[in-house]
Amino acid sequence: MRKCFVLFAAVAAIAAIACPAFAQGPRLPDGHPDLQGTYDVATLTPLERPAGTKAVLTPAEAAKLEKATAARRDKANEAIKGDRPAPPKGGDGSPGAYGNVGGYNYFWLDPGSRYTVVDGQIRASIVVDPPDGRVPAMLPSARQRMAALEARPTSDAQESKDPGLEPPGSYDDPERRPLGERCLLGFGSTSGPPALPDYFYNNLHQIVQTGDSVLILTEMVHDARIVPMNAQHLPKTIRRWMGDSVGHWEGDTLVVDTTNFNDKTRFHESTDNLHVVERFSRMDAKTLLYRFTVEDAATWDRPWTGEYAWPATNEPIFEYACHEANYALEDILRGARAREAEAAGKAGK
Amino acid sequence: MRNTIENAITMVFVAILAIALPAAAQTGYRAPRTADGKPDLNGIWQALNEANYDIEAHVARPALAVRPGPYGPVPATPVLALGAVGSVPPGMGVVEGGEIPYKPEALAKRNENRENWLTSDPEIKCYLPGVPRANYMPYPFQILQSASAFMIVYEYAGAVRNVLFKDPGPPPVDSWMGQSVGHWEGDTLVVDVKGMNDQSWFDRAGNYHSDALHVVERYTRTSPDVISYEATIEDPQVFTRPWKMSLPLYRRQEKNAQLLDFKCPEFVEELLYGQWRKKPLSREATEPRVTEPRVTEPRP
Repeated sequence: MRKCFVLFAAVAAIAAIACPAFAQGPRLPDGHPDLQGTYDVATLTPLERPAGTKAVLTPAEAAKLEKATAARRDKANEAIKGDRPAPPKGGDGSPGAYGNVGGYNYFWLDPGSRYTVVDGQIRASIVVDPPDGRVPAMLPSARQRMAALEARPTSDAQESKDPGLEPPGSYDDPERRPLGERCLLGFGSTSGPPALPDYFYNNLHQIVQTGDSVLILTEMVHDARIVPMNAQHLPKTIRRWMGDSVGHWEGDTLVVDTTNFNDKTRFHESTDNLHVVERFSRMDAKTLLYRFTVEDAATWDRPWTGEYAWPATNEPIFEYACHEANYALEDILRGARAREAEAAGKAGK
Repeated sequence: MRNTIENAITMVFVAILAIALPAAAQTGYRAPRTADGKPDLNGIWQALNEANYDIEAHVARPALAVRPGPYGPVPATPVLALGAVGSVPPGMGVVEGGEIPYKPEALAKRNENRENWLTSDPEIKCYLPGVPRANYMPYPFQILQSASAFMIVYEYAGAVRNVLFKDPGPPPVDSWMGQSVGHWEGDTLVVDVKGMNDQSWFDRAGNYHSDALHVVERYTRTSPDVISYEATIEDPQVFTRPWKMSLPLYRRQEKNAQLLDFKCPEFVEELLYGQWRKKPLSREATEPRVTEPRVTEPRP
């Protein structure tokens, strides 16, 4: 910010381009920035970066990583050969839904291909505070709480784990499957808040501003978060999947404050006391800066903050009707029952 | 001279407006405007009628699922315990002319749907409602209108419609809520809806359509708290001619009115997937007993 002022004093026009605080862009008749549009938030920048690594990548480093990603994508896009042998028993060793035995062709996926750029820096992590770019360690009490919940997990925390490694009991009941599999929220906190990029697909958001409300629509599971401006939070008895969001302007920044989460969303294993503050501002005519701070005193001993760019896109948002064709949830449970029946049959012999 | 010309121009404008804005002109109501001069439809709206039970005119029924009783239909076993809560309230219907012009074979299919309501109504499974049903389900919806966007967000199942004002051409794929393309005719928002699949119904009474459904909706504000809503329904595979429904949409008056979460996929998991639990819960309906058994003395 201080740098911006120096620049501003020097060349106002350059400052307008270089500094978010002075960024021009469309405005609403009431004078506030017009942040409306559709945004594709896919990025290669992960939420956290490995311990001890740099916060900012050089252009050469980013180019090398982006090229390697493109090469993997091109290889995965190659036509399947008719004489392809069966995958090795137990999978090919690669993790995730599109690895292992090939749950998805790359055709279906739409992850990011570039690292996010904020303040002219190519960012190696979305987390910027703590400065090590990592989500703070969970409090011991929070770890105990999660261990106790492990017996009945309902959050999407397991999403990133290889299905083959899920603990016993994970397939006993629909309530024990991740929220994404149950079509209750998009996986990977795509709806948020805080809204994180999904490293798989469906990364579009649409923002609509009316006089007294802001709509933040998330493509996955068509989740529409309506943010009343200058409003009070709901009574504490009303708990919501995406929390209760209220908004206000701080200068040219739209600030959205969210509390009243239910106890099932559990963003990064937090409690229903999670508090999220999001800040939407304009970086340039085609890009928003999305910055968020989360806190939950029962989970972390300090708040933490992330930020990444939301580039505008002309891509249309199609209907993500998840539940209506959710054959997977039934088949996952049926598969587990079939496996148990098979095991019982063997034991009986 | 200049005044005369200005007056003449004004009069021409007034004349054009009178032609262009028949609905508003007739009711004498002029809706507040958004910044771009369009009637402001922002707000939380809800239908107040019995259309979601049955869009046709109907008398009250004992239940949505019935079985033959000794003196006429009685509630079917799976809904028996609901008593009066499970009965169907009567309604004048929203179909202009009272009845839907079904083709004979389509009417038979509608009756079959009604017969098999418990296993067939997509609402039971918390599926997206389609258009126009979304607009008269017993849940509020919110219109978010700006100069560059027009979104309709429904509380039921979190359904969303993005009304486009630039026609992208035929919908590339069918969907539950279809593709909505809007334009203004005077003070009326006209929304052309195509590309809906054949899975949604019009109500809980088995009224249905095919994937050839084409709906043209008309939204006109007729007073501070009312939108007059009309939908023309065209589906040559099911109906002998296009037909129309009309109903008012009312603004929710509560100062704290707000859409809340109705993510019903969670509520139908036991119904849809309960049998695949490791330890399935009992599915036997417990015998409803609303009063203590009466001890009847033998009459002398």
